[in-house]
Amino acid sequence: MSAIGIEAIGIGKRFGAFTALADVALKVAPGSMHFLLGENGAGKSTLVKCMLGYYRPDEGSFLVDNREVEIARPADADALGLGMVYQHFTLVPAMTVAENLVMSRADVPAVINWAQERVALEAFMAAMPFQVPLDAEVGALAAGERQKTEILKQLYLQRRLLVLDEPTSVLTPQEAEEMLGTVRDLAHGGSITAIVITHKLKEVARFADEVTVLRRGRRTGGGSAQGLTPADMTAMMIGEPQAPANPERLGAPGAEPRLELRNLTTANDGGRAGLDIAALSVCPREIVGIAGVSGNGQKELVEVIGGQRAPSGGEMLVAGQPYDGTRELAQARAVRVLPEEPLRNGCVPRMSVTENLNLRGFDRDAAGGHRAWLSRGAMVERAQRLITGYRVRAPSAEAPIGVLSGGNVQRCVLARELDGQVDLLIVANPCFGLDVKAVGEVRARIMAARNAGTAVLLVSEDLDEILELSDRILVMHGGQVVHEAAGPGADAQAIGAHMLGSHHSPA
Amino acid sequence: MDAIGTVLVAMLGGALRVSTPFLFVSLGECLTERAGRINLGNEGVMVLGAMVAYATSYETGSPWLGVLAAAGAGLLLGGLHGAICGLAKVNDVAMGIAIMLAGTGIAFFFGKPYVQPSATLLPAIPFGFWSSSPQLKNALAVSPLFLLGLATAFAMAWMFRATRLGLRVRIVGESEDAARALGLPVNRTRFFATATGSALAGIGGAFLSLVYPASWNEGLSSGQGLMAVALVVFARWNPVHCITAALLFGAAGALGPSLQTVGITWGYYLFYAAPYVVTLAILIATVRPGRTLRGMPGELSIGR
Repeated sequence: MSAIGIEAIGIGKRFGAFTALADVALKVAPGSMHFLLGENGAGKSTLVKCMLGYYRPDEGSFLVDNREVEIARPADADALGLGMVYQHFTLVPAMTVAENLVMSRADVPAVINWAQERVALEAFMAAMPFQVPLDAEVGALAAGERQKTEILKQLYLQRRLLVLDEPTSVLTPQEAEEMLGTVRDLAHGGSITAIVITHKLKEVARFADEVTVLRRGRRTGGGSAQGLTPADMTAMMIGEPQAPANPERLGAPGAEPRLELRNLTTANDGGRAGLDIAALSVCPREIVGIAGVSGNGQKELVEVIGGQRAPSGGEMLVAGQPYDGTRELAQARAVRVLPEEPLRNGCVPRMSVTENLNLRGFDRDAAGGHRAWLSRGAMVERAQRLITGYRVRAPSAEAPIGVLSGGNVQRCVLARELDGQVDLLIVANPCFGLDVKAVGEVRARIMAARNAGTAVLLVSEDLDEILELSDRILVMHGGQVVHEAAGPGADAQAIGAHMLGSHHSPA
Repeated sequence: MDAIGTVLVAMLGGALRVSTPFLFVSLGECLTERAGRINLGNEGVMVLGAMVAYATSYETGSPWLGVLAAAGAGLLLGGLHGAICGLAKVNDVAMGIAIMLAGTGIAFFFGKPYVQPSATLLPAIPFGFWSSSPQLKNALAVSPLFLLGLATAFAMAWMFRATRLGLRVRIVGESEDAARALGLPVNRTRFFATATGSALAGIGGAFLSLVYPASWNEGLSSGQGLMAVALVVFARWNPVHCITAALLFGAAGALGPSLQTVGITWGYYLFYAAPYVVTLAILIATVRPGRTLRGMPGELSIGR
């Protein structure tokens, strides 16, 4: 097993009238860590999919070890030793690591001799720089372990060049550090070449040998990582020298809690622990950030406050009054929720943009009383105001909201949830899948709501986002709040350690 | 022998008899669901299988040929379900109901002439030869189909654990994404799993007409094909647990007839409803809102 280099020359790819890639060149040396940078939709994924035979480029060619190769199908890429570690995992959660590894092979025998396979797998595992338990079900592994298993799978298949698509997006800082370090050791040891897709500039500075930056389907720069500053790379990525500045925090949090949770529990679900929150409070003019590895109860927490899931015990108070997440009380206490995957959790995809923008208040008149007959005029007026105010790009206000891009759906739901008086705002992963400019805009809106006196509970898998926005940070693990820290100046490493479940201060 | 002993022996025999069709249809449903699809059509397949088996045995004089013909009929009807569900935007639950109605309809249409005549039945193996008690002898006269069902259950469990085919079926049923990433033919796998599953359900139908209650009439299956779905939930999609589940349902089904043997005639309909009550009780006891079922294949449409 030895690393191979790859070179892309003049790659072009069109989908209908849309040009995804135009004349893109990429040169990756054997045994190097090559980072591919760019915003969402810049063409990074399209480029590597062409490289791996999932798409056929319209123009251009690939050289592997300086020889021109034809990569028409994924099987061709397999034969060359090119492999990909996907952003979403392709392991089967209900099967064990051993079953997943064996079934990924092209030459699985009709009857699997498990005794013999186990000996071979254990020998393989022993030779690897990191280990994963062979008999564990993949679904029971932590995200970092699953990512490692994906990488092990590629090594097991004797791949010599790995493409890693946003490999750290679901990992804690420690896990990310360890994983990228391992990949770098493998690369510099000469056994693989790695192409890493990312938008995290910190990782580039720490682990990259070479960089290529794409923007809107074109190569906008690149070269040796040492010769590039973060500002250079930002400029290449977004076409402007600076990322939008962090929104300013104004005023101190209030003293009376707006949201209080006491001994809140939910039933455990198929072996996964339910919520068990002893105490949690959010004050006016305060953003409380909930950090945690995905699947540690954050989703359940948002669902309980949002009324999507019934708690099995405990108390929920908003402004000192009992709260249960029903529409009636949400309107009365001015509680709003920006859920994750807003198209699924906060919209009716086949109803129009106008209707979706009115879901919170279509049944109330201007004075707050109940309304049986809808006022079409008021709904259109409100929709127009929000569409203009939040710069939503939609084919028309009457188009079904499901046809909008992810960023525009996010803007719509944010616009609807922040409209009018908002006393308590729950936000979950508000910037997932948005580009740098949209991220800046959404964060500024959240900060503006906070500055205006709204109590904000921010649940995010992006630790940087939590560090940037929060007044106070809580870490969730196994459904419990296990750590609390002040927001400004918080120690990311310490928070990461608690996210992983070690509730002792790291040495 | 006292009355309770009589009832227990009768229930044992009844359980062995009544459970066999449950075992076959639940194994068939288990195979189909492990590939990520539901087949409610198995109810129709059982009725059709019963009719085809009875007619074939009557015409040819060979009950085993009848069993084979029932499996073939199931293969065809299940294949139809599998093929249509492979098309875009077809809902497998709705399609299953259509297949169920089609199967029973075809069976009633072609089965009219076979309601009266008596066909050659499948012989039983007299495991009770050592006993002098006629009740025990009767209870332990086990159909070879029951043994075939046991063998099928263990073979299927082994297939899911240690064969390429079995692991491929599981991957397709657990995660379509993963299956596609591995280059597995999702639709083709489900097609074969559905067709084979229905062939097993057809054998279950053959048992109804050729072993117990051993006649062909239109009310023969009485919803066993549908109860199989609940059975598979109870068995947590494990073929070996299907045996336990089928025996439990069989015992519940045998309760009514067993009580009759000791002369308890009141509550006739109540005791005959026992399997349905058990179905309901099991579903209530094992399924709760807000929880995912352990062992449930990830691609199953009722789970998404």
